Amino acid sequence: MNTLRLLKTSTFQLAAVYMGLFAVSALVMLAFVYWSTIGYMSSQTDSTIEAEIKGLADTYRRGGLQSLTGLVNERMRNDPDRTMLYLFATPDYKPLGGNLPAWPEAIPAGEGWVNFPFTDNGTESTARGRIFGVSGNLRLLVAMDIADLQATESLLMTAYLWGMALALVLALLGGALMSASVTRRIEVINQTSREIMSGRLHQRMPLKGTHDEFDQLASNLNDMLEQIDVLVESVRHVADGVAHDLRTPLTRLRSKLERLSIGPGLDASARQELDRCIDEADGLLQTFSALLRIARIEAGRHEASLVEVDLLELAADACELYQASAEDQGVTLSYDGSPVTLNGDRDLLFQALINLIDNALKYAGTGEVKLKVGKDKRSIFLSVTDQGPGLSEEDRQRVTGRFFRGADSAKISGSGLGLSLVQAVAGMHGARLELENANPGLRITMRFPADEAVG
Amino acid sequence: MQPVAGFSQPAKAAEFPILGYHPLMRILVIEDDATVADYIVSGLRESGHTVDHADDGREGLMMATTEEYDAIVADRMLPGVDGLTIVRTLRASENHTPILVLSALGEVDDRVKGLKAGADDYLAKPFAFSELLARLDALLRRGSHETVQVTRLQVMDLELDLLSRQVLRSGQAIDLQPREFRLLEYLMRHAGQVVTRTMLLEAVWDYHFDPQTNVIDVHISRLRSKIDKGFEQTLLHTVRGAGYRLGEHT
Repeated sequence: MNTLRLLKTSTFQLAAVYMGLFAVSALVMLAFVYWSTIGYMSSQTDSTIEAEIKGLADTYRRGGLQSLTGLVNERMRNDPDRTMLYLFATPDYKPLGGNLPAWPEAIPAGEGWVNFPFTDNGTESTARGRIFGVSGNLRLLVAMDIADLQATESLLMTAYLWGMALALVLALLGGALMSASVTRRIEVINQTSREIMSGRLHQRMPLKGTHDEFDQLASNLNDMLEQIDVLVESVRHVADGVAHDLRTPLTRLRSKLERLSIGPGLDASARQELDRCIDEADGLLQTFSALLRIARIEAGRHEASLVEVDLLELAADACELYQASAEDQGVTLSYDGSPVTLNGDRDLLFQALINLIDNALKYAGTGEVKLKVGKDKRSIFLSVTDQGPGLSEEDRQRVTGRFFRGADSAKISGSGLGLSLVQAVAGMHGARLELENANPGLRITMRFPADEAVG
Repeated sequence: MQPVAGFSQPAKAAEFPILGYHPLMRILVIEDDATVADYIVSGLRESGHTVDHADDGREGLMMATTEEYDAIVADRMLPGVDGLTIVRTLRASENHTPILVLSALGEVDDRVKGLKAGADDYLAKPFAFSELLARLDALLRRGSHETVQVTRLQVMDLELDLLSRQVLRSGQAIDLQPREFRLLEYLMRHAGQVVTRTMLLEAVWDYHFDPQTNVIDVHISRLRSKIDKGFEQTLLHTVRGAGYRLGEHT
């Protein structure tokens, strides 16, 4: 099964919709986790700074600037890793003391929260802090290095992005696998249906034994097929039975007529009448035989004797057989093509070809009947073309049905089974029967699959 | 009757005129269906043959091995021992009595199986009695001259040379197409007998099929115009309801 077809299946489309929904909800969930983690971590930093500032402010209120600087100095001493950053500055931001070398640029005047870049032992880092005014327009910046926070933030972001991508890929894979497995099971049912439609009526849907919906569907279809089979079989039995049971008494009738006709004591006109009766009986017998034969072939009960058949040789023999009849009718019968062989039932193929030629001669009137044998990329073909009136589109559809007789065919003898038999023979050989307008006339082509191997 | 090349059987006009000429024979009919058996047995008796009838395979096989028959007609489906087994058993015991197998199945594949088993001919039911008679007749005659290698056939003043592929009528050369030659050869080999259209199709065209129209008749009439035109005595006759016969007019 190719990818494009998989994309078109309804199971895949359903899977795609679920995949979309899944992706959106995963995105929402991850975004929520991300924002709450980052938010919690930032608020931790902020409250640490707030607490520190509160402590410093208390000290300042109690002991004035002196104790504040003392405390800050003490803090800095105890914190060689610079977890907390402090900077005193004049109103014009000249640093007075602290563990930051300079007042960070791009920090607005006044009080409030700021984020600023700074260099920590040679590495670029970011800090977050708060500025507040101390007496005499001095300013104190209390800040914390938030590089870790930012690293965590970007780590989380990366992890979430990868997670999303992975989830999408998994969803895509899962969807494809799911739809492929569903499609495969449906395809099995489709495949079997096609086989059944092509005549293997005894074929059944395979069951997995899991009793799931597909098994139930398959088993229901099987029950249905069973019923169809029974019906078809009974119709066939009736048809075969009628044809067979009528054939025997009809043969006896024919023989009696035959004996009467050659027996003594009949005048010429009675004899003639009897001969006509015999002809009628022969016609009926031939129709019954043809019906039975078609039924046998279509039911696959004809044990085909497959041999390598040269279609060109077949065409040559058929032409030779019909040449005299065609000439009597004023029709030019010819064949051409190249020798092509296929595995088939020689007698049945010959019969089919004879029926086609017979039809062409019957309906084409005068002109030419041409046989062509050949092979192209996809098939081996055998066609019979006449220059007769052809068939209407509608008739072309119906012509292979049993007992179909063309319009104005009342004067033409025949049972209307000729093309049904051709159709049955074609079907048995896996060939298609194509009817087309030959402008003028009709072309009937039997198209066999090129890698002919009759099953 | 004029001497016919290759045929040394004493011939006598039959009571059943469509048969043309054929010798009176002893025939065994092995058939379990009473109606069909009656149909065959009475028909053959009317034609002047002596007929024995067995209605199951075992009895039939016993009769076939203990008695001498000129020909056997055996149904393929029989209770006890089936028709093909009878054929095989007889052939295995060096019994070469001509056997015609009858079958209700009657498709080409059955025919092939029947002939492979060693039967001499095969006829699908239902059949016209004239077809059975014509085929039996051909079998009976064949049995009598099978060993003779014929290179020249003659029927009255019509001569056919199989080696030079020349045909002469009253010494005049007749030009025939290859298929017409084979058709005439077959008719001459069965001179005096009725040959049916099916027999001609099988023997001359080597295909087993139902001709939809009178294609054979057209070929016969062409052949007739070549060999009979301009001669007082016609040789190629149409036998109503059965087929054709080459030989003296009856």
